[in-house]
Amino acid sequence: MNPRYRPLAATTLIFIVAYALCIMQYPSMWSTRVLGNFLTDNAFLGIAAVGATFVIISGGIDLSVGAVVGLAGVLSAVLITKLGLHPLLAFAIVLFVASAFGAGMGAAIHFLRVPPFIVTLAGMFMARGVASILTQDSIPIDHEFYRTISSLYYLLPGGGRLSVIGLLMLLVFLVGGVIAHKTRFGSYVYALGGNPTSAALMGVPVGFTTIAIYALGSFLGGLAGIVYSLYTSSGYPLAAVGMELDAIAAVVIGGTLLTGGYGFIFGTLIGVMLQGLVQTYIVFDGTLSSWWTKIAIGLLLFMFILLQKLVFSAQGRRTRLQKVPA
Amino acid sequence: MKILRTLALGASMIAICCTAASAAGLTVGFSQIGSESGWRAAETSVTKQEAEKRGITLKFADAQQKQENQIKAIRGFIAQGVNAILVAPVVATGWEQVLGEAKDAKIPVILLDRGIDASKDLYLTSVASDQVKEGSVAGDWLVKTVGDKPCRVVELQGTVGSTPAINRKKGFEEAIAGHKNISIARSQTGDFTRSKGKEVMEGFLKAENGGKNICAMYAHNDDMAVGAIQAIKDAGLKPGKDILVVSIDAVPDIFQAMAAGEANATVELTPNMAGPAFDALDAYLKSGKQPEKFIITQSKLYTPADDPKGEYERRKGLGY
Repeated sequence: MNPRYRPLAATTLIFIVAYALCIMQYPSMWSTRVLGNFLTDNAFLGIAAVGATFVIISGGIDLSVGAVVGLAGVLSAVLITKLGLHPLLAFAIVLFVASAFGAGMGAAIHFLRVPPFIVTLAGMFMARGVASILTQDSIPIDHEFYRTISSLYYLLPGGGRLSVIGLLMLLVFLVGGVIAHKTRFGSYVYALGGNPTSAALMGVPVGFTTIAIYALGSFLGGLAGIVYSLYTSSGYPLAAVGMELDAIAAVVIGGTLLTGGYGFIFGTLIGVMLQGLVQTYIVFDGTLSSWWTKIAIGLLLFMFILLQKLVFSAQGRRTRLQKVPA
Repeated sequence: MKILRTLALGASMIAICCTAASAAGLTVGFSQIGSESGWRAAETSVTKQEAEKRGITLKFADAQQKQENQIKAIRGFIAQGVNAILVAPVVATGWEQVLGEAKDAKIPVILLDRGIDASKDLYLTSVASDQVKEGSVAGDWLVKTVGDKPCRVVELQGTVGSTPAINRKKGFEEAIAGHKNISIARSQTGDFTRSKGKEVMEGFLKAENGGKNICAMYAHNDDMAVGAIQAIKDAGLKPGKDILVVSIDAVPDIFQAMAAGEANATVELTPNMAGPAFDALDAYLKSGKQPEKFIITQSKLYTPADDPKGEYERRKGLGY
């Protein structure tokens, strides 16, 4: 097997083994209900994590995702319930605002040469602050369109539900995968993460790519916020607090290198599912403290960083050894 | 062979179940908000105890203050096929979808201590306290205790604008309304905290001739009362004698004060919301009896006659 795929294979293998172990203990975890829940319950995290994957492959980081999710949800709720806009129009406005917000952060990172960590940290505070100014409480969204979307699902045999938002997440992963691996923009992202200087020398439009990456990240954050508002039929300024860290964890567990230049969109899907699996297991057990989720994710994260170190340092040694005889 | 053994085990378990409490053998999922206050921690431990007492297998999920975690947990409970679900909802909105799924799966849902903005047929019943009643029980106690003597009361309110503060004030005022000899002389917020309660009480004492004009102190929660007791002692007066002390919640510390003769009465906000919930559930599953939509827990009055030492011992391990 191509060693490039090892981290991805390891993640997938761990997911399958872990799921099999869970099923051995709780046979009802193997049901279409649980599989449907994996998609529906993690839809907003998955969508945001696709954006985070692009940002991390490019060698950056985006800490504002969770706050953008909260802001997008509240903004949708305000536009629909207070201004009486149709949800689809509200969604368009929300996605535009989110993309512009991300583009602004990208521009600050590129032109002012401020580290992404600082810029997106500022973005996080701003987005969360604006969301809390719009409203302090949770705003219920009572609209025909929302009811239709949430009552639309494909009933699987066994009572599981394939929901609109679950399918939307799969679609985002599919499109994300195509963009990352099959388009010129995708190769720019990898080149930028590999080495920005040589990328610029090779003719990658660094400024445009950076701005586009953060715009895409926030666009997907906005989409995740809309999905969150569909998920709870309400907008809440404190929604998804700290979710950016879950998204980053999913990306790293999915085999993407935190230093950039290497990673897979599909791996992030497995990373998200693995987190969902841990949470579901803890609910099925029913006696463990839910904080064990964090411990399990922490351990997985640590394991994968270690694994990446091993794989990549082994690779590095081999190439050096091969060069010596020449 | 294995099947036989399983059958035998099953049969013996059924035998055990039906000699014990009748709710035995049920599996109930409980989605708790978190453990942000002592009362909530106590609610969690009491729910676990009540489940154990009845032989119910409790699946507990702490949502860490996040609605998405609660929704996930409820979906997980449905996938597991539990017999019923208890929820203490963190916010009032956004429950239609997931509770609709529970309804479709024919799993009854019971709300604990908070309500939701959703159709009433999405849940079997809700168990909560009546905060106005809590205030009026405290007021009634004072009316009975002072009799015809004139009494100037100082009031320590909870956080301004919070529902319990509004309701507990209202209930108390209703109870003393018909009694001209009792009046609220001063009323200020102590934010439900011990330190703020002490500070505000110090102000009251100074303003009321060193406390000589005050006959009773009413606090919207026990924590503020404990702070106020300290302030009264610092001013050289005897709390519980010179100034009557009445408050609400019945946390362990107020029983300690009561045992020392420094507090006179407290009204319980019971952490046992699960007991009535399990009773309603049991009746519903056994005979299909629809419970009342809103079950109100008892607001019990505790005075030094109710064994404060014992109450303290009973409560101190619950996590308050």
